[in-house]
Amino acid sequence: MAENLLDIRGLKTWFKTDDGVVRAVDGVDLHLDRGETLGVVGESGCGKTVTARSVLKLIDMPPGRFEAGEILWKGRNLIPLPAEEMNKIRAREIAIIFQEPMTSLNPVYTVGYQIAEVLRQHENLSRKQAVEGAVEMLRLVNIPNPGKRVHDYPHQFSGGMRQRVMIAMALSCKPQLLIADEPTTALDVTIQAQILELMQEMKDRLGMSIMLITHAMGVVAETCQRVVVMYAGKVVEEAPVEALFANPRHPYTQGLIRSIPRVDRAAAKERLEAIPGTVPSLLTPPPGCRFAARCKYAMDVCVTAMPPLKEVGPGHRVACVL
Amino acid sequence: MSETLLSVKNLKKHFAVSGGVFAREVDRVHAVDGVSFDIGKGETLGLVGESGCGKSTTGRCILRLIEPSSGEVWFEGADVTRLGADAMRALRRDMQIIFQDPYASLNPRLTVGAIVGEALQIHGLAKSRRALEERVLELLETVGLQADHMGRFPHEFSGGQRQRIGIARALAVDPKLVICDEPVSALDVSIQAQVINLLEDLQEKFGLTYLFIAHDLSVVEHISTRIAVMYLGRVVEIAPARDLYDTPLHPYSEALLSAVPIPDPTVKRKRIMLEGDVPNPIRPPSGCHFHTRCPIARPDCSQRSPALEEKRPGHWVACHYRG
Amino acid sequence: MAGSTPASLTADAPAETSAARKARRFSPWQEAWRRFRRHKMALVSAFALLVIVFAVLAGPFIWPVPINEIDFTAKLQGPSVSHPMGTDDLGQDLLARLIYGGRISLAVGVAAMVVAIFVGVLIGAIAGMASGAVDAALMWVTDLFLSLPQLPLLLLVIYLFREPVKGVLGIEGGAFVLIVAVIGGTRWMPAARLVRAQFLSIREKEFVEAARALGASRLRLVLMHILPNAMGPVIVVATIDIAAAIIAESTLSFLGLGFPSDVPTWGSVLRDAKDYLDIAPHWALFPGALIFITVLAINFIGDGLRDALDPRRVL
Repeated sequence: MAENLLDIRGLKTWFKTDDGVVRAVDGVDLHLDRGETLGVVGESGCGKTVTARSVLKLIDMPPGRFEAGEILWKGRNLIPLPAEEMNKIRAREIAIIFQEPMTSLNPVYTVGYQIAEVLRQHENLSRKQAVEGAVEMLRLVNIPNPGKRVHDYPHQFSGGMRQRVMIAMALSCKPQLLIADEPTTALDVTIQAQILELMQEMKDRLGMSIMLITHAMGVVAETCQRVVVMYAGKVVEEAPVEALFANPRHPYTQGLIRSIPRVDRAAAKERLEAIPGTVPSLLTPPPGCRFAARCKYAMDVCVTAMPPLKEVGPGHRVACVL
Repeated sequence: MSETLLSVKNLKKHFAVSGGVFAREVDRVHAVDGVSFDIGKGETLGLVGESGCGKSTTGRCILRLIEPSSGEVWFEGADVTRLGADAMRALRRDMQIIFQDPYASLNPRLTVGAIVGEALQIHGLAKSRRALEERVLELLETVGLQADHMGRFPHEFSGGQRQRIGIARALAVDPKLVICDEPVSALDVSIQAQVINLLEDLQEKFGLTYLFIAHDLSVVEHISTRIAVMYLGRVVEIAPARDLYDTPLHPYSEALLSAVPIPDPTVKRKRIMLEGDVPNPIRPPSGCHFHTRCPIARPDCSQRSPALEEKRPGHWVACHYRG
Repeated sequence: MAGSTPASLTADAPAETSAARKARRFSPWQEAWRRFRRHKMALVSAFALLVIVFAVLAGPFIWPVPINEIDFTAKLQGPSVSHPMGTDDLGQDLLARLIYGGRISLAVGVAAMVVAIFVGVLIGAIAGMASGAVDAALMWVTDLFLSLPQLPLLLLVIYLFREPVKGVLGIEGGAFVLIVAVIGGTRWMPAARLVRAQFLSIREKEFVEAARALGASRLRLVLMHILPNAMGPVIVVATIDIAAAIIAESTLSFLGLGFPSDVPTWGSVLRDAKDYLDIAPHWALFPGALIFITVLAINFIGDGLRDALDPRRVL
């Protein structure tokens, strides 16, 4: 196995709200190797975004709180790290891009200025060098005419182009890990294809790792090497991508894969296999397996104890008694 | 195709862009730029395209939630665009709409019972309070909700349940045509399947006709009998669902299809990557709107705008060089 | 629990909690009350205001001292058992006068607010629904009113109309109607603008479109769908309007343009006290404190309502 870059162990990120404690991330273990693309999939409220933001400590505290666990970045635990130390890791070692390219850029500054700021903050460059660096980054992400576009404001770019700018900004300090939080959800499908291809190209060129947070199984299948499936704050399955799609072991994963209509199947006219019910509340999560209430194979034992992740194949672990 | 229920002819909608000191009209967005199609009784026509292609505006123009600029919408022997206020109100019993956002589409101050029963009140379809309540209960059961949900408010429900409430509201008047405007795009995948299955069941049970507007091609392919692909306010291709997916003729449909990620890592396809973004609909490209991004464009594509032609049985394409 | 865009925690958490509360049921108004209760200052203020309202309503029965009983032997006395708030230069009991004055001040505040909000909602709603020329004209009128200097206008109107109105409605009634009309008539503009803005955004909402698709008439759209959802911020403005109207009435009374001088209001008592500030400070202190506490309490309640009725949480 390749070098372990990021190792999250037993992470619990909870939020205190007026109605009680929301256990958004409730004991998550996952690791990411150097040079790999890890997909983290799940539906809204499964904790995937909070997990991603926890890594960069971008959680507002309060109401948020790290209840337990550690986040090991190259062997160093990030959770007790003071803010200044953390700032040195952000952008330079771990960078993040968000779903909404519209709101992630400051509308009152040119994109060139915004990229140059990141460079100057972390790389100790002169203003001129930083702007040149910004042009270079825009060229890298295939923005046509970068020398001119560097002076444009965010609203002068289309959605897809803005996401390219975000990627350029995130990659400007050559991070080792890029966390992409639903980077293509707000984009049209042809633009999504462009952005996914760009991320792949960047990864190959800069030799970084990617943690791709998404709800789209199709995106995972086409871009990731390994996948972690989350449900209600917990990891329910973890596997290499081929194994996950060929042989999904957790009933939730099976449901996710089977509930999507497939364009490439001629016999697609059969009924979709829907998962009944809705996601449980994270305020008072059920004691046993969190999927038990929606699971067609649920047994008595499922309701009483949460099954731990167990190995069922090479690199394939699943949290299910079956 | 069976008997035609709805026939849209050369529908156009231009939005004025005002500016300047006196808020004069300085420009026009050609949101819908001459769209024509038919929907047969009991079928589902899928309308796909990327954001800004005019698919939602088309749906709303048919219902006259947005007044079309020109064109005709024939429904059961009458041109909807020419109906007076009273006739239009009566027609609303036959045509209904289901919205995308399950949060914005339900009035937060009304109970579920009031939301679903509103149409019955408006059209005087219930003789008494009792009858109204019974009908609402029946509708809630039809869409898979429970009787005790009637007195609750929308915020107490999850997205999928809210979408069911919206469907029950649309069904209250026994419509013939339902325009589904991205009804599952805002839902989680596991919930999407529930709603799609429900829509299919209802179609079978009540003999509904759907205009299914969506950007998600896999969902559209699954639910539709025929599919119309839109680009920048125009329909570029109409074909039976399977034909479109097996042999897309228009280069845009082809690229759109190849861009859909397939949830199977073993499937490797050749992807047709489109260059650039969708052009600004205020100044759409001349000739064929797609020529700026088209991999097979020739010089005259920017001169002549192609008409929809039936290149194969039931398969219509607007392209000079394909089919 | 759904929503395709699971971007942020803030989007996820409320949906979570509403799912959790499924067992307990709340209407949107009950929900607002739940949130209001968490605002401690607002809760304390609401209590204080209730005490004041109760005092001015029930006061005359508990403290049945006439407001105009002149007793020169007891003039300008500080607080004592027989006169808990002391007396004025004519030996009149200040507690009795302030209880009576409170009725007028609060009544003017509430009535002026009702006038302002009614006119504001009406104009805002018409502008918001009509759009085009009607909208432009109404907003032009609103801007015109906003740009008029308030106090000189108040003085002018009262000066011009005091006598004719007095002739029709009597001295006290005339003053009340005139003051309420003048204060209300110069304070409706913020409400009108707010309602118009609310209408413009709410009428584009999908649930309004859904009602149109069902064949709802314009009146039904406004009354059932748009107005109830526009009222949250309007209620906040309304509370603050009460406070502003109480201050305006005090100012008018202080300037001698309010009620006749023998009718006590909080403002007129304060005016009469101004010449005796050095020898009888209690005379000014009590009405001043009452105005201060009442206005402050109403503003805190407004703050609490703003949080409780936050449209982002309701819609």
